[in-house]
Amino acid sequence: METPPIRYEEMDLLLNDLYSRYGYDFSEYSKASLLRRIQRLFTLDKFPSFAEFRYRLQTDIHYFRRFVEEITVNVTEMLRDPGFYRTLRTNILPVLATYPFIRIWHAGCSTGEEVYSMAILLKEAGLLHKSLLYGTDINPQVIEKARKGIFPVSQMQKYSENYIQSGGVKDFSSYYTANYHLAKFDSSLTQKMIFSTHNLVSDFSFNEFQLILCRNVLIYFERDLQSKVFKLFDYSLEKFGYLALGSKESLRFSSIADRYRQVGKEKIWRKVHEAG
Amino acid sequence: MRPVDLIVIGGSAGSLQVILALLAEMQALSMPLLIVLHRNGGFESTLEGLFATRTNLPIKEVEEKDILQPGTIYLCPADYHVLLEKDHTFSLDYSERVNYSRPSIDVTFRSAADVYGPGLVCVLLSGGNADGTEGLLYVKAKGGYTIAEDPATAEVPYMPQQAVSRKTVDVVVPTEDLPGFVEALSRYGIPG
Repeated sequence: METPPIRYEEMDLLLNDLYSRYGYDFSEYSKASLLRRIQRLFTLDKFPSFAEFRYRLQTDIHYFRRFVEEITVNVTEMLRDPGFYRTLRTNILPVLATYPFIRIWHAGCSTGEEVYSMAILLKEAGLLHKSLLYGTDINPQVIEKARKGIFPVSQMQKYSENYIQSGGVKDFSSYYTANYHLAKFDSSLTQKMIFSTHNLVSDFSFNEFQLILCRNVLIYFERDLQSKVFKLFDYSLEKFGYLALGSKESLRFSSIADRYRQVGKEKIWRKVHEAG
Repeated sequence: MRPVDLIVIGGSAGSLQVILALLAEMQALSMPLLIVLHRNGGFESTLEGLFATRTNLPIKEVEEKDILQPGTIYLCPADYHVLLEKDHTFSLDYSERVNYSRPSIDVTFRSAADVYGPGLVCVLLSGGNADGTEGLLYVKAKGGYTIAEDPATAEVPYMPQQAVSRKTVDVVVPTEDLPGFVEALSRYGIPG
């Protein structure tokens, strides 16, 4: 058994370096997950020692970009948790339909599968023409993929099942064109999307939304950072707007909780009062 | 004897009956116990309810940032890895599957070893894949105590067999003795 590649104390050194050198602040990420991701990268790229890993990160901005791409988690799927999307269809979209214009923010959207899922729901509700979907992520590479709207065909069976369970009644394959092992989603969906990098740790609010989705992102943040991000969302949500989180995330312990009401059993909250 | 600070049980196919027997044995506990069980989604509430029929101890599905409480039995949620933080709270992680599994036993064993070191006891039960062995190697390197269900009596021997053949376990325990063994360990501490 080799010694563990990177220890907690070494990770702290690394995070300090990255903040002073590149301005990226990972100090309030959950440490156990972060350590695991960093150890994984260290092993993957076969560094002989921590010192060399550290030196490479300090001196090579391209390698730093790889670091950001690899340590952020980019696992996502279309219509994950179909019950959640069913609630969007039946409870949330009918309310959004009353607005003349709908703005939705997918914060931490990774490769964009959730943004495309939402566009399909909006299209089926007859709302896509008056909607704009903003997808943001800290990682520029996944944003580039999201813009293309091309996903592996091998996933489509699973997505099609999710779609049916979410209350979809069309043929899911009508939304994409399959070409060899890739599925390209319809440009009528993509037209209503705007993708951009955005760092939840350091960047500000950039618009006001009626719905913000941020699912399975906050689990990687420590409590203090979570509350900063909740404040950012609160500031970016219109009164009576909705905030949707991942299935194991909650607004419950946050400082904004008392101004929000949960919608049914899903992890969706409605802003019922503005900040005082 | 040294005190046990945390017990982590990793199980896959064929481990449910052993876990139930183990819970029936655990009626008082001075440390937290965490169960990492491979399973399909959709069973959450059923499983928690089933476990609760076997023991008086509180059973809780892990939520992120929960502080580990002595005497509580924690169950990993389906489809998330569970990690432990230095401040003795849980973190959830939705990254790639490890050994085709999420939750992965390796991920939790490793992360627990980083925090609990020699105070950690890990138990690897019946299963049909190789999850857990790498984690046990790491646990041992960090001074923790490792147990495998005897492959000769396990319902599905492959998983504990991997651990045994890689020499990652301090002790191999037959299925029927396992509940009593772990209970005694929780009461009297780790031998040596």
